[in-house]
Amino acid sequence: MADKVGRMEIRQQRGRILIGKLGLDGHDRGAKIIARSLCNDGFEVIYTGIRRTPEEIASAAIQEDVDAIGLSLLSGAHNELIPALLDALRQAKGGDIPVIIGGVIPREDVPHLKKAGIREVFTSGTPIQTILDAFRKITGEHRQNKHTTS
Amino acid sequence: MNEIDDILRGIRRKDPRAIGRAISIVEEGDQRAGEILQILDEETVQKATIMGITGSPGVGKSTLVDQLIAYYRRQGLRIGIVAIDPSSPISGGAFLGDRIRMMRHTIDRDVLIRSMATRGRLGGLCAAAGAAARIMAGSGCNPVIVETVGIGQAEVDVVSLADITVLVFAPGLGDDIQAMKAGLIEMADILVVNKADCPGADALVMEIESVIQGRNCPVCRTIAPETAGIEELAAVIRDMDQKKRQNGQFAQNRQKARESEVLDWAVEMMRIKLKNQLKSQSRQIKGDPRMIARKLIEEISR
Amino acid sequence: MSKHPAFVAWEEKVLKKTLERTPERVKEFKTASGIPVERLAIPETPDEKYLSEIGFPGQYPFTRGVQPTMYRGRFWTMRQYAGYWTAEESNKRYRYLLEQGTTGLSVAFDLPTQIGYDSDHPMSRGEVGNVGVAVDTLLDMESLFTGIPLDKVSTSMTINAPASVLLAMYVAVGEKQGVSRDRLTGTIQNDILKEYIARGTYIFPPRPSLRLTTDIFEWCSKEVPQFNTISISGYHIREAGSTAVQEIAFTLANGCAYVQAAIHAGLDVDAFAPRLTFFFNASSDILEEVAKFRAARRLWAKLMKERFHAKKPASQMLRFHTQTSGSSLTAQQVDNNIVRVTLQALAAVLGGTQSLHTNSRDEALTLPTEDAARVALRTQQIIAYESGVCNTVDPLGGSYYIESLTDRIEREAFELIEKIDHAGGMIAAIESGLVQRQIEEAAFEYQQQIDTGERVIVGVNRFQEQETALPSVFRVNKTTEENQIRKLAEIRAKRDNQKVKKTLARLEEASREKDNVMPFILEAVREYASLGEMCDVLRKVFGVYDEKKGR
Repeated sequence: MADKVGRMEIRQQRGRILIGKLGLDGHDRGAKIIARSLCNDGFEVIYTGIRRTPEEIASAAIQEDVDAIGLSLLSGAHNELIPALLDALRQAKGGDIPVIIGGVIPREDVPHLKKAGIREVFTSGTPIQTILDAFRKITGEHRQNKHTTS
Repeated sequence: MNEIDDILRGIRRKDPRAIGRAISIVEEGDQRAGEILQILDEETVQKATIMGITGSPGVGKSTLVDQLIAYYRRQGLRIGIVAIDPSSPISGGAFLGDRIRMMRHTIDRDVLIRSMATRGRLGGLCAAAGAAARIMAGSGCNPVIVETVGIGQAEVDVVSLADITVLVFAPGLGDDIQAMKAGLIEMADILVVNKADCPGADALVMEIESVIQGRNCPVCRTIAPETAGIEELAAVIRDMDQKKRQNGQFAQNRQKARESEVLDWAVEMMRIKLKNQLKSQSRQIKGDPRMIARKLIEEISR
Repeated sequence: MSKHPAFVAWEEKVLKKTLERTPERVKEFKTASGIPVERLAIPETPDEKYLSEIGFPGQYPFTRGVQPTMYRGRFWTMRQYAGYWTAEESNKRYRYLLEQGTTGLSVAFDLPTQIGYDSDHPMSRGEVGNVGVAVDTLLDMESLFTGIPLDKVSTSMTINAPASVLLAMYVAVGEKQGVSRDRLTGTIQNDILKEYIARGTYIFPPRPSLRLTTDIFEWCSKEVPQFNTISISGYHIREAGSTAVQEIAFTLANGCAYVQAAIHAGLDVDAFAPRLTFFFNASSDILEEVAKFRAARRLWAKLMKERFHAKKPASQMLRFHTQTSGSSLTAQQVDNNIVRVTLQALAAVLGGTQSLHTNSRDEALTLPTEDAARVALRTQQIIAYESGVCNTVDPLGGSYYIESLTDRIEREAFELIEKIDHAGGMIAAIESGLVQRQIEEAAFEYQQQIDTGERVIVGVNRFQEQETALPSVFRVNKTTEENQIRKLAEIRAKRDNQKVKKTLARLEEASREKDNVMPFILEAVREYASLGEMCDVLRKVFGVYDEKKGR
């Protein structure tokens, strides 16, 4: 929370989230709107931009010690790239970092993706508030776990 | 199993996950931060040079840093970057986008990049950024670059924790050199005119040189995203680092940086206490605020 | 009542010639209930403003359309962008379409091709053949056009950063077929500036990219004179969230940047300007869209005449392709999308488009299924054959509302173009992130309106329903990627690698110098150098572009 002079307390952060685009499509409208909405909601957003590989996302997420990863995919490459990302995360000992994806994802793919370890899948037309709520819940849980395991 | 032990072992093994966690613990002012900072290998940390890079938005800092990373990697060095961006005073959130310019180094295990928000802290930022830089140094990064936007006191303070400060300019941005004379320019060890191939670069160099007259402060030209001027800049940095280490300025600087970090932490801790004290009494604030403040301090130090 | 002299002059000078060349579809047009339809409705006594700002179709400033008879002469081209097969599969599909009487092919390339990566590049993983055809070497292009005589078809290729390579491959296929270059017709998108602004398939930084563009202009004006060398696109700018005014302002500002660059390279404006084409978005606010298209036409005509001193009417004409808005489609209640597409397509037709792509209802969920793609095409046919809006020219022209909105959009767009001029032109505005920021701002505001319910999207924030049925989706064949990689390995083993090396070295030299790179690319293409190899050479010389940091 900010007080009047704009200083914030050190603690009470909502969390750090990596937002980026996996795969080669360059349509970043959705990713940018989500990034901005999360900022306005008090999150620190590490924005990685377009054309990221699974390995790059995993490595950045680990270095930045994020509480969640949000990725947008529109080209149809999710069935190949998402498992690769989850693998890369696990290999870097970041298998606990929750991943949320959005974009053009056929509904019938959702169960497979969730089974693979994706926490939430949002397709176009999802209200931003729904997405913010999901991030709040998931990062909150993740931060809770981080503190209790130590 | 104890997480802190894991983290400490991890830092020594250069495990990015452990380093990332350690920086978060320190950044959040967690109780366990002390343990982490204490155990870092002091000699390794001393050996590393912490470089502050600052300048107005749009001068191409991140691109320049990206080129420096590439240069140092070609020399076989392991390198750390702390990239600082402002938090929104309204939401408390932050958009940290400096990584975009450095993504090509993301999967290189010998390049550590950490984005950090100012979180509106007066002093805590220096402490957090300084600690992050030391953790990186402790894991073998040398140099460590701290990149910040050269606006706002907090960001300027961050520069003071660096062993060497590089201030970046670019033509066509309307930086008021005269006005910056008393501030950043005086703090900087090295001045860089980036985008030196763009119109106005020569005039900018001349203007800068006229302002720093009498000070022994090198002015370099670079053309990031090309490599032009990077090697020369790195050489100037290296020479200055050697000189400062030899003449004792380096140690002096470190000591001063440590002191201000201690002070920052103390102020930050006090602020929270003072605030709680102020709130707890729900007193009517009447009369001279200075007097009340003095009383408040007396109260909490009792 | 006697006819206004300006109207008589138009009939005599413009209309007559057109009618002689292309007669209208039918002798007499009638409404559904038999009332005769006027070719062009105009005010009884046209005033000064009407004559200078609205005027007559096929005549400066082209507010009412670029042809005097518009769709009474012939309908727009119904061009559906498609292709998510291998080269061989696409070829079969093209041959089928040609047998059905199509003469225009539209080629979509997969993302690795669009970004200059070969199919075996690590970045291509999961993307090969996904949103279009994978092209690695001339071999793929040969398979794509096997049995299709290139002098008999016009081919539109959605390709930007590596446009010169794909164009060279097309020319090389023509050579193998014995078709001379001057008989090749078609369009390459080749609009790199909007890639930095919105679409994201850039490779090199803006300045060297623009040099590649003007190299194409120059080379084509001499070697492939019938090819449309660019399709300046606002579509993706709008999809990224811009307003209608921003869409045309940024697109026309991009257009100005290309024209300027070409003039700077020593080309005569009337030599290349008639080959410039545009590509816009049609979204659901019908009346705003109609006004937007009319304003764009008028503004471009003025810019070309006043700023660049173009003399030929063909140089001043804004000819454009339209696609309905993909981002307006919802994943909820997908059948509603058919209605959205209908409204949008109608806006494009009322706005005077030269060709049109209608989206499929399932595009928010998947790449279009065949079934959905057919309905999309039928939508255009219903507008063309049943709605009657094609029987008179510019049916909404003269409406108080449409004319005042047209004026306003033109004025605001021009102000925005002037702002970009002040910022040092389009490239400077892109490099500083000025344009991108404005679009992000508009996109965010639009989203907020949806979230607050201020803007209603049926089925999304009002009139929602519980949905259970899973719509069928289109799947790319899993073996595509492996096959493509194998094919590439084979050609690398078979070709004369010494020659490939030599031609690539020559390309590098030419790109370092100021030579036109097209002949050198063609040389490398003929030796089966791959797209990725050629782009790597150019990457080495030109560098690569990294996106702006954003906010």
